[in-house]
Amino acid sequence: MDIQALQQKAIELRKATWKMIYAAKTGHTGSDLSCTDILVALYYRVMNQTAATFTDPNRDRYIQSKGHAVEILWNVLADRGYFPKSDLKTYSQFKSPYMGHPNNHVKGVEMNTGSLGHGLALSVGIAKAAKMNGQSYHTYTLMGDGEQAEGSVWEAAMAASNFKLDNLTAIIDHNGLQITGKTVDVMNSEPLKAKYEAFGWHVLEVPGNDMQALVDALEAEPQMGKPTLVLADTTKGSGVKFAENKAEWHHKVPTAEQYQEALDDFDRQLKEVAK
Amino acid sequence: MINMGEKAGTVMCRVLTDEAKQNADLVVLTSDSRGSGSLVPFATALPKQIVEVGIAEQDLVTISAGLAHSGKRTFAVSPASFLTMRSIEQVKVDVTYSNANVKLIGISGGNSYSVLGSTHHSLQDLAITRALPNLEVYMPSDQYQTAALFKYLAHSDVPAYVRIGKKQLPDIYTNEAEAFVKPGKANVIRQGKDIALIAAGETVQTALDTADELAKVGVSATVVDLVSVKPLDTTLIDQLCSDYPALITIEEHSVINGIGTAVAERVAANGNTKLKIVGFPDEPAIAGTQAEVFKYYGIDGADVAKQAVNMLS
Repeated sequence: MDIQALQQKAIELRKATWKMIYAAKTGHTGSDLSCTDILVALYYRVMNQTAATFTDPNRDRYIQSKGHAVEILWNVLADRGYFPKSDLKTYSQFKSPYMGHPNNHVKGVEMNTGSLGHGLALSVGIAKAAKMNGQSYHTYTLMGDGEQAEGSVWEAAMAASNFKLDNLTAIIDHNGLQITGKTVDVMNSEPLKAKYEAFGWHVLEVPGNDMQALVDALEAEPQMGKPTLVLADTTKGSGVKFAENKAEWHHKVPTAEQYQEALDDFDRQLKEVAK
Repeated sequence: MINMGEKAGTVMCRVLTDEAKQNADLVVLTSDSRGSGSLVPFATALPKQIVEVGIAEQDLVTISAGLAHSGKRTFAVSPASFLTMRSIEQVKVDVTYSNANVKLIGISGGNSYSVLGSTHHSLQDLAITRALPNLEVYMPSDQYQTAALFKYLAHSDVPAYVRIGKKQLPDIYTNEAEAFVKPGKANVIRQGKDIALIAAGETVQTALDTADELAKVGVSATVVDLVSVKPLDTTLIDQLCSDYPALITIEEHSVINGIGTAVAERVAANGNTKLKIVGFPDEPAIAGTQAEVFKYYGIDGADVAKQAVNMLS
């Protein structure tokens, strides 16, 4: 998919996610919007994985460590044909598998996440298996920046470098906000670039809601023997002006007026990108 | 005459080495614990099938789960105290919830580290592991059972936690086939008629000692080796409830939420019998050799026999 088509897809998926959260009256709205472009770049362009190849041992792997941004993942997987879009009408309802964090009863989910600080270590195990087996698949994981306060992240960062996992790419959705406020105020994990470099990683810092920049970073050749970190500088709530850069939108549900205002704006953005 | 067998760790290493030579996907992970896990021979024989994660027990479990998800049969070997407490959320989420085929091997379990203090004791590990859905829990009692159990684990697709100790184990059995039958199957290793003693792991010998003491005073005791703490052999426990007026559980674990509690849950639902739970009290264990500490807390053949006589009188 070319960049313009990816941009269009990202707007469509933001809109679908926005509608799903409004209907269910629950969701991590700002977190979903923040990382939408990253998921679109991975699922529609970068990753060697489709619904048809999901059980192929050579598929690329994706672990969403920031499991709370699950609404965008459900919409991406549905749109990519992993399950019928109509299934998502049950999102968060009684007995629905489409619950508030990824679970592997749903096709497309490798392993369960939701407790922060697990995804990078899971990905280390998956990438290490590829090295041991001589397989060529690549493993991607998406973390939050608030999540960097979890100690297990740094155990895994050390291990990825120690095992020379150049078949592993971690992406940090670096929007600077978490539920309580600014990440630098809650628990300052900066400077992330220098820290990961000190841990032996190859780090690419990019504007994380810029599709071209994201694709360029994710498609760049890895450095031999080093895991790659894409530090994606994003905007929490990206695509909904009144929700952007506001910590309270971490899991806020829009009012009827806000709902319509954003829908109108998504339609305007779709016209804009089609020009 | 008690014949002393090999240490559980030595047996584990031998079985895993044999199995791993047949299956390149069998991988052992250690957290700077290959020495204490008796796994140096495995590492020497199969260097490509051992993964060292350093002193990082949380990631030991999660990396094992990631490897298992990618087709490996992983054995994560680490001191039971750290494996089941520091890493318990990783066990819950990455192993049991995601259903990753990880075998969690808690070495130097229970009070094995004795004088090293509560940081190194795992006297609450059964309490938490047996509460996790989709996790089998085992405590082998001798070398034959350890060998049979690890052969089963090398081929099973279900996550499991196994606790083994440090010391040389007395033989309870004479062969592997009688020592371990299947998950959820306990072994009646001595048949009596007055009282039933239930144990697992190293306290199976304590139960046999108790039965010997009781025989001296004319009390005939049945001795049960649970092996499989979860799934529990509920059929046998139900039978014991109807056959005996009194049961005693003997465990190297806190009296809270261990083997005694597992049996009590069944007794409460189905039984009409008295139950005494012998184990570690709800306090940090005192220092001493393992034998001294066990004696101090009354986890000892002579002491348990006195309690049995009291229950029956």
